[in-house]
Amino acid sequence: MTEQSSPSAGAAELALELRGITKRFGAVVANDGVSLQLRRGEIHALLGENGAGKSTLMSVVYGMAAPDEGQILIDGAPVTVASPKDAMAHGVGMVFQHFMLIPVMTVAENLVLGAEPRKGGLLDVAAARRRTRELSERYGLRVDPDARVADISVGQQQRVEILRALDRGARILVLDEPTAVLTAQETAELTEVLRGLRAGGTSIVFITHKLNEVLDVADRVTVLRRGKTVGTIDTAGADEASLARMMVGRDVVLRIDKAPGNIDRSQAPTLELDDVHVVDDRGLPAVDGVSLEVRAGEIVAVAGIDGNGQSQLIDAIAGLRAVSSGHIRLRGRDITGCNPLEARDAGIGHIAEDRQHRGLVLDFNLSENLALSDYRRAARFGLIKPGVLVARARRLLEEFDVRDGSPGTPASSLSGGNQQKVVIAREISAEPDLLIAAQPTRGLDVGAIEFVHRRLLAERDAGRAILLFSLELDEVRSLADRILVIYEGRIVGELPPTATNEELGLMMTGGGAAGGGARTVA
Amino acid sequence: MSVTPPAGGGPEGGAAPSSTVASRLSTNLKLGGIIAPLLTVVLAFFVGGLVVLITGHNPFDTYKAIFEGTGLQWLFPWTTGADRTRAAINLQQTLILTTPLILVGLAVAYAFRAGLFNIGGQGQYAVGAIVAVWVGSSFAGMPHLLHVVLTMALATLAGAVWAGIAGLLRAATGANEVITTIMLNYIALWLGFYLFQLHGPLQNDTQPDVPISNDVVPSAKLHVFWGDPELQGLHIGIFIALAAAVVYWVLLNRSTKGYEARAVGFNPEAARYSGIKVGRTYVLVMGTCGGLAGLAGSMDILGWQFHLATNDLQASTIGFLGIAVALLGRNTALGTCLAALLFGALVNGTSVRNLDPAVFDPELAGNLTTIIQGLVILFVSADLLIVWLLTRGRRRRTAPATGGAGETIEVTA
Repeated sequence: MTEQSSPSAGAAELALELRGITKRFGAVVANDGVSLQLRRGEIHALLGENGAGKSTLMSVVYGMAAPDEGQILIDGAPVTVASPKDAMAHGVGMVFQHFMLIPVMTVAENLVLGAEPRKGGLLDVAAARRRTRELSERYGLRVDPDARVADISVGQQQRVEILRALDRGARILVLDEPTAVLTAQETAELTEVLRGLRAGGTSIVFITHKLNEVLDVADRVTVLRRGKTVGTIDTAGADEASLARMMVGRDVVLRIDKAPGNIDRSQAPTLELDDVHVVDDRGLPAVDGVSLEVRAGEIVAVAGIDGNGQSQLIDAIAGLRAVSSGHIRLRGRDITGCNPLEARDAGIGHIAEDRQHRGLVLDFNLSENLALSDYRRAARFGLIKPGVLVARARRLLEEFDVRDGSPGTPASSLSGGNQQKVVIAREISAEPDLLIAAQPTRGLDVGAIEFVHRRLLAERDAGRAILLFSLELDEVRSLADRILVIYEGRIVGELPPTATNEELGLMMTGGGAAGGGARTVA
Repeated sequence: MSVTPPAGGGPEGGAAPSSTVASRLSTNLKLGGIIAPLLTVVLAFFVGGLVVLITGHNPFDTYKAIFEGTGLQWLFPWTTGADRTRAAINLQQTLILTTPLILVGLAVAYAFRAGLFNIGGQGQYAVGAIVAVWVGSSFAGMPHLLHVVLTMALATLAGAVWAGIAGLLRAATGANEVITTIMLNYIALWLGFYLFQLHGPLQNDTQPDVPISNDVVPSAKLHVFWGDPELQGLHIGIFIALAAAVVYWVLLNRSTKGYEARAVGFNPEAARYSGIKVGRTYVLVMGTCGGLAGLAGSMDILGWQFHLATNDLQASTIGFLGIAVALLGRNTALGTCLAALLFGALVNGTSVRNLDPAVFDPELAGNLTTIIQGLVILFVSADLLIVWLLTRGRRRRTAPATGGAGETIEVTA
């Protein structure tokens, strides 16, 4: 460790300074001379598209990747961070996007893991619980020390992660896309928590690609693009458009102006749900009498807080989960009780909620992934000609603007945005009558979001019926022709896309809609 | 440009979200190319040599004697005269042992590709052999070709049904195929005991005091094309096994069924979402695997054994050799054939008949085969570790000192 005593001017205020960090992976330059100054007691957003080098930069700070060039200064003194242990010793704590918690253990046990209080060679449970409670009170982060991690919400798990970092003496806290897994409500709570920590003197780096969060939470923001620093600005006075321009390098249409849908009312609805009931894995009612219809040429959004039956409703329509009562009709034909293959053959396309686990086979290459739902049609006598798949893949990759990928590239090596484009290409190219789009832009950056939105609208205008499920209210309002609000497994009301976030939010939490459980059939 | 090279692409495999040990294993096995299996073999022989050294023998002499026992020197043009005749006989024996190993190896490999771990090769082979000896010793006077084909077909079917039970249980109830196939091995073993024991239903008609089956009638015997038919020459089963390997390659890489199997193996959830019937795929894959192993049983019965004793069933370890073959062969068609040849040669080269007792006690040499087999499995597991270490440059373990779960993130973002 090199300790020098020549702090630069103003360094006293800097908790962390990165100077000219360069990190290469083979031929790929992930960080190219990146600099960043984190002031003491500020919330500093690190903004950039997927693949801009945000996570790499922070893994350098946390000692998980050694920089090829550049310097890290903590409290004005140059330091070498060779391992996460070093980082912790310097007061740097990190909260990853994927939590490092053990689900079967309690909150207190997880919190002390790695620095357990011992009594006679055994874990001192009482001390662990006490320590958890003290931390929880000191920082105002409510957690139940005795709850099992598997039983608490994602937002609470994140608190445990934050508390654990603070327990190890973190004065600089790095959060890697902390809101990616949170609901709107949890995001608001996290913002409060971070403000509280800032007031207590903790310096925070907040990695994100969401513009509104930067403006809400951060004091200053550093923007990365293709591994280089674009600049650092105060959030006061900045707006989403200017941030998007810095991030993408061109003007981005954040909300697409759409013409109203051209709906042919003379035709029967493409999708009709009639009093559909579905139970969840535990056998409890998850969808409780949903009736709705979607017509060709319109986008109907189902908005709601996560876990109000959306997943079960999607699964039921796509034939992935049994319907306990009620009917599902596609173009007048009863498809209740279809298996996934029959549902697809009937004309349902499905952009799955979780592209990595459900939408793609990550170990398959792109031509194989693009064939997942219609490889049967590419086959003769049960044999597939690879050339056919490759030619088709080449055409789709071009049409859907999948960058950095050829038909032979494994899906696992693509960025999230490009993976999602592959899923969308596959589902749209099957030309379904009904397209279910579940969280189609989750985890994507603004450029990719714009692409997905434009494409969905184009499909609507081409006469497809689209059922959109989204937790992002802005997305719902910008895409939908009609918004249905789901709450505790019921459609509690319908709002036009001109509804405000407040109106939507109120209805989504069970308030608002006259009569509460009114079942609206459009 | 080909879509799916049999051995899979480079080390960018990524972390498969698949749930079972077997599917993770099959993913990792694709990595490392041809170098890792070769290193595995070299290392196994090296450690085996140390074992020989410890027993007070010369490892070089021992390996040389084993090699001569395999008959592989027949391939060298400078082997002439009496040496060549002896080598030919030995090579015939090696290839006779290689034949069922290819088939059972494929039976394990295909299951691996679908994310299943088929430990039931032993039982599937056994029911195939039982059916083969039953059908092959009946119907005397049936036309030769018809009798052979019928016997092979029924043995294949028996193996397919046997493994299909495990596939069905997996599909219908989620019962782990590792457990069910092991249990089915025992059931097959005891079924054989029951059938061939003294006074058993299929026990020999002329030797009432020996627990052995009737002999296969001449019309059901496989043609011997190399060597003396009376002295266990090489039967045409080797070509059937090689043809099965070609079929396996086509099935896996060019057919819709193989595509479904691979999709299910890598990510059953995504497969289900895209309309692939995961349960049915499990049944079909296990059925295919069992068919291959059952066919292997009929090869041995119709090719050289001609009868089945309760001892034979008990002594056979082919199901487990098959696992080593598939692992070493990286679940590919060609790899499985080469690994089967290696193990076939090893088993033959260390047999009591072939190894010069002056160099190394053949009783010990048989154990040496088992040791090398064990070492191969150990090193295959170890080179999975090596592959993992090689790829972790890309994917860093993010678990800090406090971390528990082995989550990974992309540092290349």
